[in-house]
Amino acid sequence: MSARTAPAVERWTPESRIAIVAAAVIVAGLAIGPGIFSANAVDKLTTLFIYVILALMWNALVGFCGLVSIGQQAFFGLGAYAAIRLANWGVGVYPSLFLGALIVGALAWPLSILMLRLKGGEFAIGMWVVSELMHLLVNLDTLVRGETGTSLIELNAYASGTRRALTYWCALVAMTGLLAIVFALLRSPLGAAIQAIRDSEEAAESVGVRVMSAKRLVFTLAAFGAAMAGALWVATALTFQPQAYFSPLWTAYMIFMALVGGLGTFEGSILGAVIFFAIEAWFGAMGVWYLVGLGATALIFALLFPRGIWGWVEDRTSLRLLPIGYRLRLAGGARAKDAGADRNEAGG
Amino acid sequence: MIFLNQTIQGVLLGGYYALIACGLSFMFGVMGVINLAHGSLAVLAAYALFVLADRFGVQPFLGLCLVAPAMALVGWALQRLVLERSARGGLLVPVLSTFGLSIVIDNLLFQGFGADTRSLAPYIGDFSYDSWTLSDEIAIGKLAALTLAVAIALLGGIETFLNRTQIGRAIRATAEDPDTVGLIGVNARRVNAIAAAIALATVAVAGAFLGMRATFDPYAGAAQLIFAFEASVIGGAGSLWGTLAGGIVLGVAQSLGALVNPQGFFIAGHFTFLAVLFARLFFGDLGQRVRTALTGRKRS
Repeated sequence: MSARTAPAVERWTPESRIAIVAAAVIVAGLAIGPGIFSANAVDKLTTLFIYVILALMWNALVGFCGLVSIGQQAFFGLGAYAAIRLANWGVGVYPSLFLGALIVGALAWPLSILMLRLKGGEFAIGMWVVSELMHLLVNLDTLVRGETGTSLIELNAYASGTRRALTYWCALVAMTGLLAIVFALLRSPLGAAIQAIRDSEEAAESVGVRVMSAKRLVFTLAAFGAAMAGALWVATALTFQPQAYFSPLWTAYMIFMALVGGLGTFEGSILGAVIFFAIEAWFGAMGVWYLVGLGATALIFALLFPRGIWGWVEDRTSLRLLPIGYRLRLAGGARAKDAGADRNEAGG
Repeated sequence: MIFLNQTIQGVLLGGYYALIACGLSFMFGVMGVINLAHGSLAVLAAYALFVLADRFGVQPFLGLCLVAPAMALVGWALQRLVLERSARGGLLVPVLSTFGLSIVIDNLLFQGFGADTRSLAPYIGDFSYDSWTLSDEIAIGKLAALTLAVAIALLGGIETFLNRTQIGRAIRATAEDPDTVGLIGVNARRVNAIAAAIALATVAVAGAFLGMRATFDPYAGAAQLIFAFEASVIGGAGSLWGTLAGGIVLGVAQSLGALVNPQGFFIAGHFTFLAVLFARLFFGDLGQRVRTALTGRKRS
């Protein structure tokens, strides 16, 4: 068999090389955003960045690791609370956004030992119980003043224009950083192990994957990301009402974004966040019917299109913009479906 | 004395939790499905009873004769349209689809009935607050006692049904292995739909007691789901008598927690749930052990 006709295993393709360069250009362009865009556009983009973080983190947990949680609002709320608590103690207000998220991530590590004992649907609602408990415990802090809530008053030290730009940059850095971390993680051998766990825990264990430590890592990363999003949200909204931050509606948004964009696809998180952002802008004012529509869409996608829009694209085309798996290119240029990330890479 | 009273009230409250957990536990234990729309469906049943009482003057206990069969039909439809299809997509999909469904139900109820809190208590006369007085400090509410009695009857009835009747055994066998039961002439799809119908009929009963003992609003479903879930996990998932014990443990923990701090009611309940999980890390499933010790056999 000559080398020319032998099938080749490849990861990068011309399209994906263009995509990664384009992504870098977009991020660089966004970095100078506050100097160009209107104040309104900067605020909107900050919100979009936070949605991308939420979608990405929920997708990492569910789409890649197979852990459905209805309680990620626990970390979202705690992240916001931690930022307020630290700022009140005199930590600089912007450092406290990141420091608070790190502390919440550190708390999630021991929590994971307990919660990961639960399987499937039990884990999902168990996390919701955790979120309710965190909500009640945060209410005990007199700084929060119960359901009345409080605000991140330390931000008043900045002029509104400076504050808007700083929050925007923090959100951009957090989003880009988390995207890079998840991208690198999923492409590593550990990422293959994580996806093998999703497909079959027993099979993964049988080929030597350390199932529990891999799950705990993803659980902690997802908690850190959700906390980061919560901290950024309080920096844009300024006010902190526990009821609003610990609401399961946040999880509903995450499910919507991940399901519609594409569960278990990397690009799907970004796509889902953009779609959700647009839908909220168009229909958000409809109130209750908007929420009915979100719930119904999630239901329909779960039943009929569980791989979401990007999953649909991947199944029908060979397009991979940000590849996390490998693919087999057969002789004559025809490409087989992904062998890598989708299935059976656990041994590698 | 106040301690004793709180414990008694906690046991009675546990009766309600066992009742709301009954359908969830049945579906999870027997069918292996976690239904996140469980609480919202109980609230839906409560609203149906409210409409019957408010518009047509049908007393809630009588209304239940209409609403329980109607909810059974909902259960049938739920199984056929949502759960069956979800189950084919893997273990995760039912969680996502039923959560989506709960959001739809909650918000449609809000659209239809607004944010006002409702109660079925005005339609059952003085039964909602009547009580037997045992001493100066201890009184047992008649409604609360009835709730506990109904919970015991319902859980016992389902347990007997599963063990003693043909269809009950078919339901258990189908959960065990749906392909094999097909070989011996059991229609797995039909059996699962019947099981879901039974589960939802118990949800209607739970919804009735939810409405009679307190107030409810369109978004009350989430809390009911959480209480039901905690009771069923504390009792050992999948065991119906364990669910009764779990409900009572949860009710007592909450009542005693309320003595410590006004917020302690809910905090104590959630902590008890986590403590049971923690205990399982070291001792295995306690409920399973107690049952094995009591009956001398391991339940399949």
